[in-house]
Amino acid sequence: MTVLASSSSSSPLQFWGYFMDHRSEDLGWLWDHTWLSVLPVVIGLLIALPLGWLARRYRWVYPPMMSITGLLYTIPSIALFVLIPPIFGLGALDPKQVPIALTIYSVALLVRVVADGLASVSDETIQAATAIGYKPVGRLFRVELPIAVPVITAGLRVALVANVSIVAVAGTIGMSNLGQLFTQGFQQSTPDAYYPPIVLGIVLCVLLALVLDLSVQALNRLLTPWRRAVRT
Amino acid sequence: MIRFDSVTKRYPDGTVAVDELDLTAPSGKITVLVGPSGCGKTTSLRMINRMIEPTSGTIWLDDEDTAKIATHELRRKIGYVIQHAGLFPHRTIVDNIATVPYLLGWDKKKARSRSLELMERVGLPPHFAKRYPAQLSGGQQQRVGVARALAADPPVMLMDEPFSAVDPVVRDQLQAEFLRLQEEIGKTIVFVTHDIDEAIKLGDQVAVLRVGGHLAQLATPAELLTRPVDAFVAGFVGRDRGYRALGFSSAGTISTHQEQTAALGAPTPYGAENGPWILVVDEKQIPQGWLDLDGVKPGENVITDGMLYRGGTLATQGGTLRAALDAALSSPSGRGVVVDDAGALLGSITASEVLALIEGREREPQP
Repeated sequence: MTVLASSSSSSPLQFWGYFMDHRSEDLGWLWDHTWLSVLPVVIGLLIALPLGWLARRYRWVYPPMMSITGLLYTIPSIALFVLIPPIFGLGALDPKQVPIALTIYSVALLVRVVADGLASVSDETIQAATAIGYKPVGRLFRVELPIAVPVITAGLRVALVANVSIVAVAGTIGMSNLGQLFTQGFQQSTPDAYYPPIVLGIVLCVLLALVLDLSVQALNRLLTPWRRAVRT
Repeated sequence: MIRFDSVTKRYPDGTVAVDELDLTAPSGKITVLVGPSGCGKTTSLRMINRMIEPTSGTIWLDDEDTAKIATHELRRKIGYVIQHAGLFPHRTIVDNIATVPYLLGWDKKKARSRSLELMERVGLPPHFAKRYPAQLSGGQQQRVGVARALAADPPVMLMDEPFSAVDPVVRDQLQAEFLRLQEEIGKTIVFVTHDIDEAIKLGDQVAVLRVGGHLAQLATPAELLTRPVDAFVAGFVGRDRGYRALGFSSAGTISTHQEQTAALGAPTPYGAENGPWILVVDEKQIPQGWLDLDGVKPGENVITDGMLYRGGTLATQGGTLRAALDAALSSPSGRGVVVDDAGALLGSITASEVLALIEGREREPQP
């Protein structure tokens, strides 16, 4: 550390020192970043489940639903953050606008995932479940969704990691999250480049994405013991 | 009993899958629906548990109109077995089998003990209970499928080509076990297959359907072989009908010739009474195969497995004329080997003696 400190205080590798100096502020941003990434995926999944089921149940719904959700995903995030307050009747910088935007993205991504997950259940299994006397709702929750878990969790991983990156963009319009570190980095980069907060932001975002990704993988393993069962 | 009363299935595009079908599947018997693709056999089967709704007509389950029973309740009273078994990949074997008991609200302990009992019944070792379907072979999965269908002891079972997707050896085994199981449980079974041999082997009665959902003939397997009603049924039943019909005629108690034997592991003998072939048996008198004495040096080497000709089939005393004739025809010595129920040697019979039995049996009057 002494070697690094003596070389230059603006060295990118100084991010650890920067973190220790601004610990409480940075941890607050990390916490905000975490729930802003996770909560929209949870809400998004709850909304995507019935929509995905519809797209699977009524095949004609699938193509238009995928087109619409696909288009939603192409709206640049910064534009969506700005558009949401007038549409939902919020103030210009309401803390709800970021989770709302991210929920929209998550739904857009997860509708297809849920529909494809349900499609991954074999016809024989569905036929057997029906013939055995499952009613449609029981069949969905006891047979189809449990079997769709691996496909759905794969989609959740993508959605979470994407959210970690999009949340940071919201930092640049003043929201409390790790994106603030990038704003700080830019502001302190006059006249000379000052990297530590920027590198710290990147490192914390990557670590957060990694932890969330591993959590979903662990959840998947917990829910699908049958996937690890191999022929003996 | 299941009764089809002028049941028709017409699809919106005008295709008629089943046309005015009248058919009764009697209680405790196996009724096989057989026919080429497009004959409506699977459609007919699925109309029984209302996976497909008939366009017109009534299907009676004993004296109840199936259209008046809530579908999920109807289905829980009817066991269902399909090709590839359709097991739930995310549930262990014991839980797969207990599915219907769980749905019916049995307590977990009772459902599981019922499930384990059924595993034994269909020939699955108890340590399979905690495995998942992906860990089982196709034949084992199909056993689980049968056990699952039987779990709540439904009076009726529907089986849709259950043994089509397994290899021929396993299929024979599953068919034989299925017949033995049915002897114990006596369910009312409707069984769909495209394989006429399977229909003849398993059916108490066989319904041959022709394309368009018409019933061509409903008869016992023996009748179907000896008296097909028309050219379609005759063609569908296929070749070798006379020979296959022998499979339904008992050979009675066959009087056999004593057969000279040699023991496996003993020195090769110096010659046999009847030509170069001698029957080799093990210490329990179970026939192992034929030894050609022209091909070995007498007295020098011991008889080993590798020296035996094993192409001959065995006839069991009390079995069919078909098995007796086949034993004689397949034996290199021309002498068919007859064994008792335990598989031990009784003696031999020649093809001409079997033919005499065939000639001498009471002929069914031909129409």
